[in-house]
Amino acid sequence: MAVISTPATLERAVPVLDNAEVLRIRNDFPVLNQLVNGQPLVYLDSGATSQNPMSVIEAEQEFYEQRNAAVHRGAHHLAVEATEVFEDARQTIAGFIGADYAETVWTSNATEGLNLISYALSNAALWAAQGRGGQELRGLALKPGDEIVVTEMEHHANLIPWQELAFRTGATLRYIPIEDDGSLRMDQAAAIIGPRTKVLAFTHASNVLGIINPVTELAALGHAAGALVVLDACQSAPHLPLDVKELDVDFAVFSGHKMLAPTGIGVLYGRQELLDILPPFLTGGSMITTVTMERAEYLPAPQRFEAGTQRISQAVAMAAAANYLTETGLDRIHAWEAALGQRMVAGLESIPGVRVLGPAAGKERIGLAAFDVEGVHAHDVGQFLDSQGIAVRVGHHCAQPLHRRLGLTATTRASAYLYNTTDDVDRFLQAVAGVRAYFRA
Amino acid sequence: MSLDQLYQQIILDHSKARHGSGLAATEAPAGTSTGQSHQLNPVCGDEVTLRLAVHDGKVAQVAWDGAGCSISMASASVLTDLAQGMTVAELHEVIDSFREVLRSRGKVHADPELLGDAAAFEGVARYAARVKCAMISWVAAEDALNQAA
Repeated sequence: MAVISTPATLERAVPVLDNAEVLRIRNDFPVLNQLVNGQPLVYLDSGATSQNPMSVIEAEQEFYEQRNAAVHRGAHHLAVEATEVFEDARQTIAGFIGADYAETVWTSNATEGLNLISYALSNAALWAAQGRGGQELRGLALKPGDEIVVTEMEHHANLIPWQELAFRTGATLRYIPIEDDGSLRMDQAAAIIGPRTKVLAFTHASNVLGIINPVTELAALGHAAGALVVLDACQSAPHLPLDVKELDVDFAVFSGHKMLAPTGIGVLYGRQELLDILPPFLTGGSMITTVTMERAEYLPAPQRFEAGTQRISQAVAMAAAANYLTETGLDRIHAWEAALGQRMVAGLESIPGVRVLGPAAGKERIGLAAFDVEGVHAHDVGQFLDSQGIAVRVGHHCAQPLHRRLGLTATTRASAYLYNTTDDVDRFLQAVAGVRAYFRA
Repeated sequence: MSLDQLYQQIILDHSKARHGSGLAATEAPAGTSTGQSHQLNPVCGDEVTLRLAVHDGKVAQVAWDGAGCSISMASASVLTDLAQGMTVAELHEVIDSFREVLRSRGKVHADPELLGDAAAFEGVARYAARVKCAMISWVAAEDALNQAA
């Protein structure tokens, strides 16, 4: 169902990823080479945060050793060099997602990106009410009676900013429910998305279910209704080839730390004509043209949304991460991780008392699986796995409404990345098979 | 430290036995003064609602409802057994001691004379992420005790 574009450069016949190549890849990640509780670390928590290859760590170090300066100001040599690598990094990330340079805005992370959109939209309502901004901006202003539509599977980061936007503007928040297997009820989507819908926000791939949503189908429904379409690409941009134009979304967000980059850096994609008219979220230095004591005029995107000194070394490192992924080949990474995801689910389903959330084995999913172990709390499952050197995430994974819908409060989640082998998955499965006996469940 | 030192036999036993569990089905004894406290750990969703009944300066009854990991459930069960019949001052002393051990990162050893079966939770102190699991019912008990006494 997912629309996956293949960049022209990758269309040559390249071998699929295999364990031998993954073991070579793993050598690029120093943190993975350690013992935890006496066992070689099996890191299966990349859905929460990923690890950094040497090329990323070195890119950040090189920036501080050779080029550190504030960007977009100062006439000195370092300032020019810093600005150059910072803007080159933006170009790299734009290419990484099929966006144009000026449509690529740096944020702290995806959460900030979603808050940026929601605050820009409520600011649009304030501006419109006071006659500020043009006719197009007035069309973006939410008001009572308008609707914001999300899905029942959203991460809190793609839910709460919309709850608060609804509160600030008087709009109503609605959601598309899911089936028991985690798939969206598209019949409901078609009924819910309509003329009142001003914003449609949904995740590309679920951080709990592993399911890939039909992005183009949803975007078409949203656009037919005249809504802005916002894509949470946190669990897709790091793992599969992504083209925001082909997916036909108006906004997309993702975080650097989930795609081999450091924490503190993320990206917002927005269609140029939207970014250029939306009011800013944060205001201050570096985003203005003329300032008087009474008022200010703002630069167009991307600077319009980049107030204050930016996360320069992190941006440079994020570009290095994108290059690492592109050179490895996102289509290959996606295929490898999908195979690991299938191995996880097939293995988990064969363990008595284990219930996997989301699509059953054989159905499309990304390389992660969240599951419940009957009679054992997720926290205890995680502790048991950690004692064998296996790192997983436990809890509600920032998706309480989804867990409630599935009748659970907490689950255990294993999430793979390009540096995980089939041995990692097998060690994880073997450990899970011992959980219920240990806790006498 | 091995997993078995964290999950001591007594903890695994109490996590299944859950002494005192069933708040809704239990009436507080007549003539007692009661306090009730609800505690939630938003990180993992562990939840405990605990009611404590005091009569003549002594704990007459502990009853609770909860959902959570084995450490949190076992801790509430052990607390129930331990608190029964204690004076208000004794229970305060035990709660203070338990908290000190749990927050010490393994530096303060539990006094088995004072803490009884709760001394088994000493190993939890070395797992920072699990300290709140062990503490949740004790925080509820302290709050309920302050209301009741």
